[in-house]
Amino acid sequence: MGLWLLRRIGQILPTLLILSFLIFGLQQLMPGDPALILAGEERGDPQVLAQIRAELFLDRPLWEQYLRWISRVVVGDFGFSWRIREPVGALILEKLPVTFQLAGMAFLIAVLIGVPAGIVSAVKRDRPVDWATNGVALFGISTPNFWLGIMMILLFSVELGWLPPSGYVPLTEDPLQSLATTIMPAFVLGSGIAGVLMRHTRAAMLTALAQDYVRTARAKGLAERVVVAKHALRNALIPVVTLGTIEFGRLLAGAVLTEQIFTIPGFGKLIVDAVFNRDYPVVQGVVLATALIFVLLSLVADLLYMAINPRLRTA
Amino acid sequence: MSTTTLPAALDRGESPTRRAIRRFLRHRLAVFGLVVIVLFVLAAACAPLLAPADPLATSWSAIRKAPSAAHWFGTDENGRDVLSRVLYGARASLLAGVVSVLVALLIGVPVGLLAGLAGGWTDTVISRVADAMLSVPFLILAIALAAFLGPALENAMLAIAITASPVFVRLTRGMAMEAKATDWVEAARALGNPPWRLGLLHVLPNIVPPLLVQATLSIAEAIIAEASLSFLGLGQQPPAPSWGSMLNSAQRFLTQAPWLAIFPGLAIFLVVLAFNLVGDGLRDALDPRSDRR
Repeated sequence: MGLWLLRRIGQILPTLLILSFLIFGLQQLMPGDPALILAGEERGDPQVLAQIRAELFLDRPLWEQYLRWISRVVVGDFGFSWRIREPVGALILEKLPVTFQLAGMAFLIAVLIGVPAGIVSAVKRDRPVDWATNGVALFGISTPNFWLGIMMILLFSVELGWLPPSGYVPLTEDPLQSLATTIMPAFVLGSGIAGVLMRHTRAAMLTALAQDYVRTARAKGLAERVVVAKHALRNALIPVVTLGTIEFGRLLAGAVLTEQIFTIPGFGKLIVDAVFNRDYPVVQGVVLATALIFVLLSLVADLLYMAINPRLRTA
Repeated sequence: MSTTTLPAALDRGESPTRRAIRRFLRHRLAVFGLVVIVLFVLAAACAPLLAPADPLATSWSAIRKAPSAAHWFGTDENGRDVLSRVLYGARASLLAGVVSVLVALLIGVPVGLLAGLAGGWTDTVISRVADAMLSVPFLILAIALAAFLGPALENAMLAIAITASPVFVRLTRGMAMEAKATDWVEAARALGNPPWRLGLLHVLPNIVPPLLVQATLSIAEAIIAEASLSFLGLGQQPPAPSWGSMLNSAQRFLTQAPWLAIFPGLAIFLVVLAFNLVGDGLRDALDPRSDRR
């Protein structure tokens, strides 16, 4: 187990190294001179340009720029925002809880809808319930979530006036109001993942239900409810848990548009605002942070897989 | 599941392609999806003939008019006909979806073949790069690429293509490795075929079905991605119509003109649904292990 963990971390390191090349390389795609963009009105002044270049080491060779950047990144220093004039790491840490609240609620909604729906549709395979859940899942996957968000604002805020159309109240300030501001975006974000989870659960349940031990359990005369819940479901959930962990990472990407629509000051809004302000260190920082979270999540997924699969425990 | 007897199709002396077509046509939802796609392609191609108005023509007297006989989908905040804009918008969406996936295939398939057939260090490096790219969520990587490339439809397409390519690298690599181990590729190698010939003539044709399925599903994803980038202002630039950017401006007039948000979104939904249905249908039709006839 310890050895396995070490080997697994050994696999992550080269991925992170390549990732750092890619993210650093993004800057080279930029058309034009970053110093010109930063100088703004003063772009005609060669002294200002030279000063900016020296300050940001833009006048140094590429490999030196990379080494300076990466040596700071590994100690958690993601650089300095060009526009907000604050450390990028602090900005990300400030926004992350908001997005985590949103993503957590969305994930909860997705699990509560997706997993039971998947079980029901597998048990009632090729019956109307199965077709209906499959249809709903396909709708969930095919609806662009920013459109669903707009439609929900139209219905629940504009027409019915039940929920605020935008804004965010922190959980610590007023839990009830916080829920009211996040329930719609969380549902929007969760609905797509719910469809994916439903499909995973259904496939895993169908596989489990076709196993010999399920037939044995039925032959013993166990109630179908017990067979499904105890024998099939427990085994079917193993792949669902690991896939679900990885889907949680996808929620972070979905949050970009959802936060934009509901004007929630999270992680996604940070990257979009940074894109428009041409605040490239922030863009790089957010990409790096999401990749880190994703890599950690897949490690967690593997660990969970080990933990819940008794066959792997002795290994 | 799989049986040891010969598949029924072989008994009938039917070619795999014909069998796949027959199975696909039996999949009613997939056929519906195909019909929807054809209709949208026609709408995009014939937009100048079908559109009742110029999609860019603004009109002071027709600002934010609700749907009516004159303007079926209503008019927008500049008095432009929404139906015409939705029709022309199909061009940007379909073009972005298809072109970016084609480019992703052009990048991903050769690189994946190389990794799978060459093995060793080449494979390790390529696989690690693909892993690294896949560890950034699709939309975030596409946004970052589009941001650094600058806002334009072509750049959005390029960003989506680059972001979508590692999936094809991984898929092609896996199947190339599988094919490499089969007797018929071994035989072809023994006959003295050079590696490029093996890859092109012996491995590639056999991995087309799964690539086709993945490409169809990727088009659905690419269309959503293009709409998302345009929604954020990183894709098609105004005043040129695109479904994503139409939704962006619609959001500002949600209370006064809800129809502005309904129709472009409905169009995205229908096209994406259609590609997903066709993808699912193709998967069932092309899977030789599937027992559905």
